[in-house]
Amino acid sequence: MIKVEGLTKRYARTVAVDNISFEVEKGQIVGFLGPNGAGKTTTMRVLTCFLPPTAGSASVAGFDVLEHPLEVKKRIGYLPETPPLYPEMEVTEYLRFVGKLKGIPSGDIGRRVDDVLGRCAIGDVRNKLIGKLSKGYRQRVGLAQAIIHNPDVLVLDEPTSGLDPKQIIEIRELLKSLAGEHTIILSTHILSEVEHSCEHVIIINQGKLVAIDSVANLTNRLRGAEAVAVVVDSDGGRPNASDVQQRLEQVPGVSRVVMKDTRDSRLCFEVESLQGRQVRADVARSVVNAGWALNELRPVGLSLEDVFLQLTAAEQTEAQKVQEGASK
Amino acid sequence: MKNVLLICQKELKSYFASPIAYAVMAIFGLIFGWVFFNASRDFVRFSFQSQMTGGGGQMNVNEQIIRPLLGFAGTIALFLVPMITMRLFAEEKRMGTVELLLTSPVKDIEIILGKWLGAMLLYLCVLFMSMINIALLFAWGKPDLKPVLVAYLGLILQGGTLLAIGALISTMTKNQIIAGIATFFISLLLWLLSWFTAFDSSATAQVVNYLSIVTHFENFGKGVLDSKDVVFYISMIFFSLFLTSRSLESLRWRA
Ligand SMILES: Nc1ncnc2c1ncn2[C@@H]1O[C@H](COP(=O)(O)OP(=O)(O)OP(=O)(O)O)[C@@H](O)[C@H]1O
Ligand SMILES: [Mg+2]
Repeated sequence: MIKVEGLTKRYARTVAVDNISFEVEKGQIVGFLGPNGAGKTTTMRVLTCFLPPTAGSASVAGFDVLEHPLEVKKRIGYLPETPPLYPEMEVTEYLRFVGKLKGIPSGDIGRRVDDVLGRCAIGDVRNKLIGKLSKGYRQRVGLAQAIIHNPDVLVLDEPTSGLDPKQIIEIRELLKSLAGEHTIILSTHILSEVEHSCEHVIIINQGKLVAIDSVANLTNRLRGAEAVAVVVDSDGGRPNASDVQQRLEQVPGVSRVVMKDTRDSRLCFEVESLQGRQVRADVARSVVNAGWALNELRPVGLSLEDVFLQLTAAEQTEAQKVQEGASK
Repeated sequence: MKNVLLICQKELKSYFASPIAYAVMAIFGLIFGWVFFNASRDFVRFSFQSQMTGGGGQMNVNEQIIRPLLGFAGTIALFLVPMITMRLFAEEKRMGTVELLLTSPVKDIEIILGKWLGAMLLYLCVLFMSMINIALLFAWGKPDLKPVLVAYLGLILQGGTLLAIGALISTMTKNQIIAGIATFFISLLLWLLSWFTAFDSSATAQVVNYLSIVTHFENFGKGVLDSKDVVFYISMIFFSLFLTSRSLESLRWRA
């Protein structure tokens, strides 16, 4: 349904998207994951024909974004990063306007508007001025606007930003109900967001593709790689921080030890394990055997940054192995 | 065409949802009404005097009131146009709604025409404020209708040209105030061109004079319909709207 090949987008100075390729099948929900400035918005803008690519190509439902923009636009519903709303319009008035703009026949408009008012749970503000809505409601009106013409492809740029937890769950449900007949690509920088609503994930960082995989595979790849917060009591500088750090680094399966804090005669570290290794028990044993007081040992979730480190580190070591193999 | 009307309708609604529409109509109505009042009072006084002294009936409502008044109306309009056009594209860019318009299945030219038409309709509402005054003259004296109609046609064409130029400038910035000020100075320049070259008959001056938007209004003001002037305005409108579409296009490339 969506096909991107060698897509590059360069702004005056920055290369926002650097030679990325991926495909999205009909009916899939794909999460587009990356930290700030990764190039998510830029890629989506190319897909929606808002920006032309500098190099490479993108096509939606078989239509190229440069050659047949009107055909592409007819099939896409797009929620930009900031919902494109007219503050001086009322909600229904706005949805009617967008509906007509998207080419819905005037006989069907009323029905479609009622439908999206219900789906996005904005019926209670239907006659309010958009300028007077709260951020969450604006986001939902933005979403309603994107689905009003029942598009084949939905492109949603951070659809859950600004929503409260209950609304986030509702939006996830909504997206799930839309999947199947619609192909959805949504961007986010929250890892758990992808786990909850997407089947596939595309990870980009600094304009480059880091990984494309199904969510299940990805969590498998990352499973076991855990981060553990370790707090050791220190009495009058004994043990000292570097001793503890050294000892922790020697625990088998530990990939990285980061010194966090030394306040109140406590030494706080964050220990990350290699993929597939459980290190908590070994870490505890190692600290206790040294005769130190283990104050706290608690798993912390991997942040998106950690995920990138894991993924990119894995790729680097693989690349190194390949190089070493070649040089031998 | 459906899309053009859709955009046009949306523009008109938002003009009237904000103070802009009322502000331009009020400013124009007040200034024009005041000048009209003074001009007609003087006219009445003079015609009385000439009747008393038996100086003969050379007094002519068309020549002495309507023509200068409508010329003046064109001048006020020149300065109101920036207020009408400044938000056309700049505001959409600032609010991010341009992303909605440019990713909807409508052609750029439909967006541009719709917006220009919306601005044009507001401008017609402004001109309508003067028609109320002029209509009084018809109730009261016996002016010729045809020169009045020709002058209004001129006002519409001149306004359409300036609105198209204003629309073009509005695509170039996110800040509607900057768009307004830039449009104001460019209108001023176009208006002054005819003054700069009034006493100069060199070839360049002729060309510059030809480009002056005000020069082409002179014939209309006299009630003379010259196809040369009509063609000038219409081609200026086309050219400006064409540049607007180019500018919108380059917005995508630069954005
Ligand atoms: N209009 C622009 N002009 C110049 N550079 C831009 C423009 N828009 C984005 N960039 C740059 O392109 C890069 C990618 O930006 P993009 O907005 O696509 O990131 P993103 O993944 O959407 O980030 P975020 O999570 O913050 O929304 C950034 O380095 C940004 O500075
Ligand atoms: Mg973004």
